[in-house]
Parts: sequence; C-alpha cells; structure tokens
Amino acid sequence: MRIVAAMSGGVDSSVVAGLLHEAGHEVVGVTLQLYDHGAATGRRGACCAGQDIHDARNVADRLGIPHYVIDAQARFRSAVIDDFADSYAAGQTPVPCVRCNMSVKFTDLLTLARDLGAEAMATGHYVRRVEGVGGPELHRAADPARDQSWFLFATTHDQLAFSRFPLGGMPGKDAVRGHAARLGLAVSAKPDSQDICFVPQGSYADLVARLRPDANEAGDIMSRDGRVLGRHAGVARYTVGQQRALGAASFDAGQRQAVLAVDAGRRRIVVGPRTAGGDRIRLREVNWLIDPPALPICCTVKLRARETPQPAAVVATQGSAAVQLDTPALAAPGQACVFYDGDRVLGGGFIDRE
Amino acid sequence: MAYLDANATEPLRPEARAALLAALDLMGNPASVHAAGRAARRVLEDARTAIAARFGARVENVVFTSGGTEANTLAIAGLSAARRVIIGATEHDAVRAAAPRTEILPVDADGTADLDALARSLAGPPALVCLMLANNETGTLQPVANAAALCRRHAALLHVDAVQAAGRMETSLAALGANSMALSSHKLGGPKGAGALLLAPGYEVAAVIRGGGQERGRRGGTPALPCIAGFAAAATLPRPDLRPMRDAAEAHAIRCGAVVLGGNHRLSNTTCLALPGVRADTQVIALDLAGVAVSAGAACSSGKVARSHVLDAMGAGALAGEAIRVSLPWNAGWHDVQAFGDAYGAMAARLAKRAA
Repeated sequence: MRIVAAMSGGVDSSVVAGLLHEAGHEVVGVTLQLYDHGAATGRRGACCAGQDIHDARNVADRLGIPHYVIDAQARFRSAVIDDFADSYAAGQTPVPCVRCNMSVKFTDLLTLARDLGAEAMATGHYVRRVEGVGGPELHRAADPARDQSWFLFATTHDQLAFSRFPLGGMPGKDAVRGHAARLGLAVSAKPDSQDICFVPQGSYADLVARLRPDANEAGDIMSRDGRVLGRHAGVARYTVGQQRALGAASFDAGQRQAVLAVDAGRRRIVVGPRTAGGDRIRLREVNWLIDPPALPICCTVKLRARETPQPAAVVATQGSAAVQLDTPALAAPGQACVFYDGDRVLGGGFIDRE
Repeated sequence: MAYLDANATEPLRPEARAALLAALDLMGNPASVHAAGRAARRVLEDARTAIAARFGARVENVVFTSGGTEANTLAIAGLSAARRVIIGATEHDAVRAAAPRTEILPVDADGTADLDALARSLAGPPALVCLMLANNETGTLQPVANAAALCRRHAALLHVDAVQAAGRMETSLAALGANSMALSSHKLGGPKGAGALLLAPGYEVAAVIRGGGQERGRRGGTPALPCIAGFAAAATLPRPDLRPMRDAAEAHAIRCGAVVLGGNHRLSNTTCLALPGVRADTQVIALDLAGVAVSAGAACSSGKVARSHVLDAMGAGALAGEAIRVSLPWNAGWHDVQAFGDAYGAMAARLAKRAA
C-alpha cells in the first residue's frame, strides 16, 4: 500500500522507511522543516535541523523512494514554540513534543498523507498499535527504556487508526541500528536526538526569555506560610517538583525544599518539602482512547515522561477528568497525566492548576 | 513521466548533446598558442559568434560564464559602481542576491513592472535598473524596451535577465536597447554549466573571478568549452510552437477550478495555476506521485517549497501559497498534456472538494 513515512533524518524514522520499503510498500518519505535551522545552531543530535533534512533526503535517495520536505515553520511556531513560551510564562511546564504530535505531525502531516492518497502514515515512535476487538489500541513499546507512549496520549481514534509504528516491537535501539546498517543507511551510527529540538544547546530558559521577557523577571522564593526564603531569576526556570536552582531556599529548618507552586502572576516560587504533594489532580484537554468511562476507573497514571506509573482512580467529566492518586505526589501543571491499563494507553490529559 | 518543469531546466537538445560530445574530445586549452589550442579556440569563438548573432550583441561583447547566476552577478557588480540599484519586485534570486541594497520596483496584479514608478525613481541619482524579460514562475513578460527608453532618457543603465526568455521568444540586446543581458545554456536546451553576459557597445564590466584574464579580462578561468559548444548549438535551433498545448492544459485546469496568475502577456510555454485552498507543495507532491513533474515557488537547497516572493509581490494573497508552475519543454507532446490533464483533474477532484 502507499504509506507516508515521517522522516526526521534520524536513525529511527530512516529504519521505518527502509523496513516498509523492504516489505514492498510504496513508501513516500516526508520531512517537516519545523524551524529555521540557520537561526538555531545546526548541531547534530536534535531533530529536523538542517543536517537532518539532508540526511533524510540521502536515506530516501539511497532507498530509491520519493521524498519531500514540507515547510511547517509557521504552524510549528504557533502551535508548539509560542505555546511553549506562553506556558512557561504562565508558570506551567509544557511538553512541546506532545503539542508537536497533536498539531504538526498527527494533524497536518496526517492530512497531507490522506491528501496524497496514502492508506497509512508511519512514524519512528516507540509505541505499539495493537488491533483490539474494539479497534486499534495504543500500547507501550516492547522496550520500556524507549517507550514514548506518554508523548502520544493525545492521539485520537482516527489518527491512531491511520498510523503505523513499526519500531514499537523492537527489542531495543541496537536492533534498530542493526537494521539501519543492514539496509546500508548512512545514519546507522548517528547519535540519538536529545532534549528539545528547537532549543539550541538545551538552554530553553533563554528562548523563553527572548519570546516572553516577563517570564525572566526576578522574584521571591517563599515558604508556604509566606516567609521569603530566597530570590529567583525568572519563573520560567522552575517546575513543580524541582529541587535545584533554589539557592538559599534549598533548605528550610534543615529540610530539603522542592518547588510546590509557580505563581507567575506575582512572580513567586512557593517551596516546601517534597512530601507536601496532593492526591487530587485536575486535567484539561483530556483525550480518551477508550469510550469515556461513565464510572471512575482504577488504573495507573504517569505524571512525567520518565517515571513509573502509579495507581490512581480517574473520573471522566465533560472534556476534563479528575485523578485521585493512591499516594500523594507533586504534579506539575502543563505536564501530561497519562492513564494506563498495564501496557495499554487508555487516555490522558494536561495537568491543570489547582 | 510527463516533464512539465522546463523553466527549472530544459531537456538537452540532441544537437547540443552532439556538439558537447564533439567538444569533449578537443584536448586543447583555448588559451594555448599551439595547434591544439587553436582548434579549441575555434570552437569557442564559433560559439561566441553564434550567441552574438542570435541575441543581438557584438562578438567581442559576449562573456561566457558558468550560467545565468554568474552572468547576472557579473553585470550587477560591474555596472552598479556609483549607482543605485533598482530591481523589479519579481526578479529571480540570482539578481536579488547580487545587489546588497536595492530599491524595489513594484508590479501590478499581473506581475508587470510599474514604469510610472520607475520614471519617478529615475529622477533621483544615477541608477542601474535590473528587469527580467520573462518571469520564471509566471512567464509574465516585462516591458523591457519601454524601460530601456526610460533609462536612456535618465542616463540610467538597464540590465536584463533574459534567462527564461532566451530560446522561447525573440530576444535581442540591441533591439531592446538595454546595456547588458544575462543568458543561461540549460534554460534553452543546452547543457548545465554555461551561460553568457552580453554587453552593449561601450559598456564594460570588471572581472569578479579574475584568474588568468580569460574572456578579455572579464571572467578568469578556462572556459567550459563542451558546455559552451552545446549552449551555442541549442541557442541557434528553431523552437516549436508550444502555445496550443499550453493553452489546452491551462483551459483544462481552469475547468478543474484553477485560477491562472500572471496576466495574458506571457511566455508561450508557461502557466501559473492556483488551486484555491490547496497548498502548493501538496499539489506538487500529488502530481509527482502521479508521474507529472511541475514545481512551485522557489526550490531551496533542502528541496522545500518556499513561499513565492513573485506571487506575493503581485498581491496574490493566499493564492501565493497555492499556485504551481507548469512549463512545457521544447519536446513536449500532446501525451504530456493528456497526462497532466488526467493527474490534475484527479487531484483537484480529491483536494479542492475537501478545501471547499
């Protein structure tokens, strides 16, 4: 069948294109140019920078498949980068990869794939799409160290039905690199992409400061009872649960402090002991990959990209949800809370402020 | 495959191929004094004579270059000393990038340069005006002869980028009354890698590439003799009439919902077709997957379809991002028109409906 492969120029999506081509599909490679790689640094190791586009083209040429570069800069700017800066300025901690998946990749690119008469779109995400009795299901990758299901919770039923994730069942990255070498792809030894692709050298706070100078103004670090414990250099540098960069406020009465809340309006960081987290979380922009449950469901939830899911009960409401954690935890507004039943993703939402 | 992207590059003419292959076996350097050098020089000078005769220049004022971009760069570098540079809003990047600071001459909705605005501008300090004879994206023809007359009246210089026009319409430096003209081999069916700058009598350029003083000191470096021989062979060929096929393809596209941009005064091989609501890159890809080669906007080195500054300058609004260029090559046939029509119709039926 005709299938569009989203090719970033990295080893994962290159192998996706190669495996599908090898299996006899009519593969159409598409690379999205997300931002001006001249303005960023052009270093290796982050997705879709200049070198990566050339790598993707070279892989496609090597495979002998058509390949196209799509200008997605305007949409990426509005849907991902602006949201990223605005979220930080509002005292939240955004997940730009989720926003990118929701907009540029699984809406725009998927629409392009349909427009081109493709029957499916494949990406290099490490998740599994399992045909269940009620339609396609989203599952964690076979390799837990690589699993990216947390970043794909917002994928809708329709998007999931059209998507393919050929790497989800791979036992590990070595297997993927092995395929790349076997297929003769020059990217087989290319380093994995790290951190956030549009933030050169990983200094996201500088980017936020440039786009939203208000998020970079100094303010007080306070205790819960209103005592000033120290100063900070901008709310954008703080995330709920964070323990570093607190300076003089790192300890209060000999007790290690963590960020409990970011009050952007008053430019205040509120700290307290890590154990001060709550057990109730409200979610917004909730997406269900099962029928929205009428009754509370018991499942596990994951509040950060890298942490073990923890037991909780989830109550669905119109467009939102409430989560009751078995064990209190610090939840950072803006991050995702994803619901799992074992390996299966049931849905998820963005953590709202209290 | 139906190749309808001639304005990107023309298929090689067989006569140009034969001339190129013959010249490949000339071992001499045209600058050498011995017999081998003389043999090579004769081919080079025959080519120069042919180009001069074909494009209304004197033989001694034909400067061979690597292509159109170099010819434009050489002209602007050489003729802009102590002059303002005024360029049309729809000029090619070869011109736009050659002059660091320019005044932009506006165009109307058809892409035709505003000569009243030019007249007003020329009342100022001395200027070099750069105007293309035909636009690469729309095929729109510029009133170059009128602009030349205006320039003469105001003691301004006029450089003409004739890269897209040459070989597709009568193109003469002398008849236009301009001061210089840029040509490209591969846009008229010659090999890639050669071009020429033609200078009007009495106008001179200093070399940008100095080297060994070749081309009368205007362009250093051993000339690419095989490419130049092929260039001259292609330039002197008669050209088939592509207008009936172009018009048929255009009429069919209009019936499918397309809007034609660029007015009526155009190259006979080019049509710029906007399909409202459908991104240009989607159209180019869909047609490519259906075996029809067209293009949109300006291709950048990544292969991305960039938004067209030409259509923006024409005030095309959203259509500027929704237009493709169909340009028929010298060897186009009715089967190409048929293939285009089928692919375009299928694409429009699938995508324009969704966009509506």
